[in-house]
Amino acid sequence: MIKYVIKRVGYALLTIFLISIITFTLMNMIPGGPFLSEKAVSPETTQALKVKYGLDKPLPEQYITFMKNFIHGDLGLSIKQKGRTANDIIFSTFPVSARLAGMSVLLALVLGVTMGSVAALNRGKWVDSLLMVISTLGIAVPSFVVASFLLITFGVNLHLLPTLGLKTPLHYIMPVAALSFYPTAYITRLMRSSMLDALNQDYIRTAKAKGVNKFVMLFKHAMRNAIIPVITYVGPLLAYTMTGSFVVEKIFTIPGLGREFINCITGRDYPMVMSTTIFLAVLLVFMNVVVDICYKLVDPRIKLK
Amino acid sequence: MSANCLLDIENLQVSFFTPAGEVKAVSGVSYTLNHGEVLGIVGESGSGKSVSAYTLMGLIANPGKIVGGTVDFNGHQVHKMTEKEFRKMRGSEVSIIFQDPMTSLNPVFTIGSQLMEMLRLHTNKNKEERKARAIELLRLVGMNEPEKRLKQYPHEFSGGMRQRVMIAMALACEPKLLIADEPTTALDVTIQAQILELMVELKKKINMSIIMITHDLGVVSDVCDRIAVMYAGKIVEIGSTDDIFYNPKHCYTEGLLRSIPKLHEKGHERLVPIEGVPVDLLSPPAGCPFAPRCDKCMKICLRQMPEYTEISPGHKSACWQLQKEQFENAEGGNKE
Repeated sequence: MIKYVIKRVGYALLTIFLISIITFTLMNMIPGGPFLSEKAVSPETTQALKVKYGLDKPLPEQYITFMKNFIHGDLGLSIKQKGRTANDIIFSTFPVSARLAGMSVLLALVLGVTMGSVAALNRGKWVDSLLMVISTLGIAVPSFVVASFLLITFGVNLHLLPTLGLKTPLHYIMPVAALSFYPTAYITRLMRSSMLDALNQDYIRTAKAKGVNKFVMLFKHAMRNAIIPVITYVGPLLAYTMTGSFVVEKIFTIPGLGREFINCITGRDYPMVMSTTIFLAVLLVFMNVVVDICYKLVDPRIKLK
Repeated sequence: MSANCLLDIENLQVSFFTPAGEVKAVSGVSYTLNHGEVLGIVGESGSGKSVSAYTLMGLIANPGKIVGGTVDFNGHQVHKMTEKEFRKMRGSEVSIIFQDPMTSLNPVFTIGSQLMEMLRLHTNKNKEERKARAIELLRLVGMNEPEKRLKQYPHEFSGGMRQRVMIAMALACEPKLLIADEPTTALDVTIQAQILELMVELKKKINMSIIMITHDLGVVSDVCDRIAVMYAGKIVEIGSTDDIFYNPKHCYTEGLLRSIPKLHEKGHERLVPIEGVPVDLLSPPAGCPFAPRCDKCMKICLRQMPEYTEISPGHKSACWQLQKEQFENAEGGNKE
């Protein structure tokens, strides 16, 4: 186990290192820079700004400086948001996105697993067909369409739900619904097929021959085997959703990390681009480790090596 | 139904309603089984041997249905039972061991939890008692260190050990009847013998009956009291093990016996296979289903299904050859 942890941490560090290099290179290859603007700025001013943020130095040196500070937990100053550090921005926006993501993924998980199981159990009947139509729709319709639709219907036309920000629990309903629509549909389909697979296994016949009722058969004997593909999907999903959905945050005006992520790229806010990307990478790597540990808990045949 | 009779199947018909049409998997099967008796059902794949046994546990999968006949088991009218009644009976009065022990146990639960689940379903034992019984059962099927085994998972066991667990699980509530569906097919030969021996030994201990479904005549000759030979959903011959092995009357039984290698005979004789393939059960022939493959086939065989001829008490076979012999014996003296 200790060997496993050391190995995983080693791989994680290597992954993050590679991602930081790739991000840094790509970022500097994009034309433009943080100090371009419509107003004419004198070369002297630009030069002075470059010196201030250390952008006058050669690229390798810039990278090394960033990484040195990064290791010490200092992500640098944001170029676009005057007076704020990247640390400050990430740690004030991330909790907002994370809370939203946590709720959405939980909802998607509960709904998806239930609907998938119900569909599998009623294979070929109208319930199954209905759920499959809904889930196909969920996969096909992009989140900005869902979000806009919800906004117009429940916010603008019916005046049922608030449309801006996240002040009260009511504010969460629409963003969570919009964010969980796709994952719910995906998990439903995933669960249905793996459940059908599990229900055809010999051990289900054994359980039946023991006199186990349908409910126990489904939720104990089949579920534990069928849930594994869902775990694989949910780990990275949680990481992605946690770093924010740009579209949903934009539409509902939510001060989350997703919005910052996109804004810093369009604004060439170099320290922010590096910080948010590496933050996402760390989160993803971490979630993958969590997924692996969950596998082990669910399926005893899996050995962590 | 006599007092000693545990199971009485009368003219059972089971069909699978597939998109291609009705598949008559079992068409008119009748047999009885006494307490403590071992009945072997032999036949090739698709002959309906498993389906006939699964029916009495209510385990035939959709789209299979009982379309006729009666099944009397231990006072139950099985052909009329609901799913709920079946659940109560499964495991407690009739148990089953499946062919492939590698896949028949749930990989994500410990051996102990799977064993104890059976006890939880059908007994009033508390947790401690269930555990004690599970340990006792594992010891009964010849496992060392049963306390340790309880905490292990199926993947840590070999095929033979898993089949022992399956047997322990099947016998947990001391059922009246054990259905063994090719219990040794997936095991290697030395383990096969051990498993069969174990089943016979345990049968004596708790006085249960066994239905042994197999295509391996060697298996049945060792352990069975009586044998039913099935072909295309029908029992073509049924009798004591000695009747079937030493005095086979149906052409199919003879063919089966010819296809077993004989070790005691000199030389390297070729085995005699039964030519042809089994009939399509979607459109079974009007006559004897074996007729197209039979080397003694007569005209009538193709047209009409023969009735059973009783050769000796308990030994019956459905073959026109027998009817013909009987007829000739009766008429024999008169003609000349």
